[in-house]
Amino acid sequence: MNVTQATRLVAEREIRVKLRDRTFLFGTLFFLLIAAAGTILPPLLSGGPQSVAVTQEAAGPLRDAGLEVLVVPDDRAAEQAVRDGDVDAAVVSGPKVLAMDESPDDVVRALSSAPPVQLLDPDAVDPVVAFLVPFVFAFVFFITSQTFGLQIAQSVTEEKQTRIVEILVAAVPVRALLAGKVVAGGILAFAQIALIAVVAVIGMQIGDSGDLLSLLAPAIGWFVPFFLLGFVLLAAMWAAAGALVNRQEDIAGVSTPVQLAVMLPFFAVIFLNDNAAAMRLLSYLPFSSPTAMPLRLFTGDAAGWEPFVSLAILLVTAGAFVVAGARIYEGSLLRTNGRTSMRAAWRERETIG
Amino acid sequence: MTRTLRIDGVDRSFGDRQVLKNVSFEVAAGRMTGFVGANGAGKTTTMRIILGVLAPDAGEVSWGGTKLTRQDRRRFGYMPEERGLYPKMTTREQVTYLGRLHGLDAAAARRATDTLLERVGLGARGDDLLETLSLGNQQRAQIAAALVHDPEVLVLDEPFSGLDPLAVDTVVTVLRERASAGAPVLFSSHQLDVVERLCDDLVIIGDGVIRAAGSRRQLRDSYTVPRYELVVANDAGWVRDHPGVTLVELDGARVVFDLPAGADEQPVLQAALARGPVRAFRPVSPSLTEIFREVTQ
Repeated sequence: MNVTQATRLVAEREIRVKLRDRTFLFGTLFFLLIAAAGTILPPLLSGGPQSVAVTQEAAGPLRDAGLEVLVVPDDRAAEQAVRDGDVDAAVVSGPKVLAMDESPDDVVRALSSAPPVQLLDPDAVDPVVAFLVPFVFAFVFFITSQTFGLQIAQSVTEEKQTRIVEILVAAVPVRALLAGKVVAGGILAFAQIALIAVVAVIGMQIGDSGDLLSLLAPAIGWFVPFFLLGFVLLAAMWAAAGALVNRQEDIAGVSTPVQLAVMLPFFAVIFLNDNAAAMRLLSYLPFSSPTAMPLRLFTGDAAGWEPFVSLAILLVTAGAFVVAGARIYEGSLLRTNGRTSMRAAWRERETIG
Repeated sequence: MTRTLRIDGVDRSFGDRQVLKNVSFEVAAGRMTGFVGANGAGKTTTMRIILGVLAPDAGEVSWGGTKLTRQDRRRFGYMPEERGLYPKMTTREQVTYLGRLHGLDAAAARRATDTLLERVGLGARGDDLLETLSLGNQQRAQIAAALVHDPEVLVLDEPFSGLDPLAVDTVVTVLRERASAGAPVLFSSHQLDVVERLCDDLVIIGDGVIRAAGSRRQLRDSYTVPRYELVVANDAGWVRDHPGVTLVELDGARVVFDLPAGADEQPVLQAALARGPVRAFRPVSPSLTEIFREVTQ
């Protein structure tokens, strides 16, 4: 049996155990519901055409605009209809538009003449979407790397805590153990995101916001490789953190640097996403590039070659962190008395395997 | 095929503390070898080095004349001193998993697991999560985990500590089986009476140095002064004054005494016969505890 086969066995076990974990299953279900609700509900809630009360002679243009028209005998009846809540608005002589507490934009638009608009940069993104998309990207990366990273650390610590690690290390190379955990975490994280994405896409079709989808597609396409490498980078850190301690309760204590490496880029991308210079920098830094670069591609700020350079930087960094993480993992895996210092783990590595 | 496991000139330090000093011994194929020593003498470190979990600073471990590789070690069965399995997996699942990690294919691992769980008396509890089992049953699961891949060499660190008597019997039976099938079996224990009852060969370690190694009989012969038990019809108090005798124990008509190495025991018997009937006269084998005390002092 070689390292690859051992890695596969380890990964299989991790996935099998996780798929039986209720917390994980309910968490996934919860995300799916949010994705469905977030994409299907808004168009539904914004509702059908506004209803308007109006006298017969003024009804024409409103009907033409596709509004739901209630013909009333006079202005007083129109006002009463609004007050009773039978209609959203009324048009009375003047012409004047009546409504309860919200300006009925569709009615106003039907009665006014707008100058023609020509978009010079038709791909430019709706400001609301431009705000939401960075948030969603950063959030997805943040949540998954946090959840699955912590899961990797817990699984490493569990093996130390229960002492089964000694049997495992005697049977398979340490790097197969580490690789198996990272691969399993990656597969689960990716599967979860893919599932959520599928639900979101279906939701968008139902909710009729397919345009946004075609706009997002290239950014999502780039998000995949960035996400994978970013995940491996963080997973190596999580595994090393998990190996330094002997009890699940102590993971929080050692994982602070990892948490920061996840959280700081998250907030940076959220708060600086309209600052072009900052985003340019963030899109090259390994910890923020998984979210920042796809975003710049989405907003059209990045040149075609930029993601390749950023991806290369991320790849090299992830590689370095995997090597360093593996060394710390090997150096601390069998030290079962108390917390291992990073230095001790680094220096006094066992030449096992 | 039967092969000897050989530990050759192994040194190991942790920081400034050297815990193994030029440790060499053999575990012969088909023999149960007991590995005894006080706490901290270096038993666990030695076993971890045999399994490749720790690396030696110097020296090597060979099996059948060639240096051990990871592929060889995968066919070893190992029970570490500090036990544990996955609490949130069923016994069947994790024993199967460990079987596969040791190189069995899926079907073989499942078959071996089923047989073994039956053997250690866990057949009915195989599909319960490990954490729901009693401590005794968890230890049975641990035994199954060490044996699932039908190992060709067994290395067991304190296999009997914390076992209930029934589980001890199970382990003993299985170990004997493996040994008679030709596997070298090395087990450590600080319960000397258990080792004495079970082992064919013995390795005694103290402060990281091998103090004695060999078959039980050899050790008895070479590490103790001749000791005899004499039972007469009347009072045996006179033995104390017999030339060369060192009294060990005197209880009315029964006496246990040592003679200087090489001394003839027959004159004591003749003296006893001259005084009256002799009910018993025999050499007393020293207990392992006594040998142990002697070589580690």
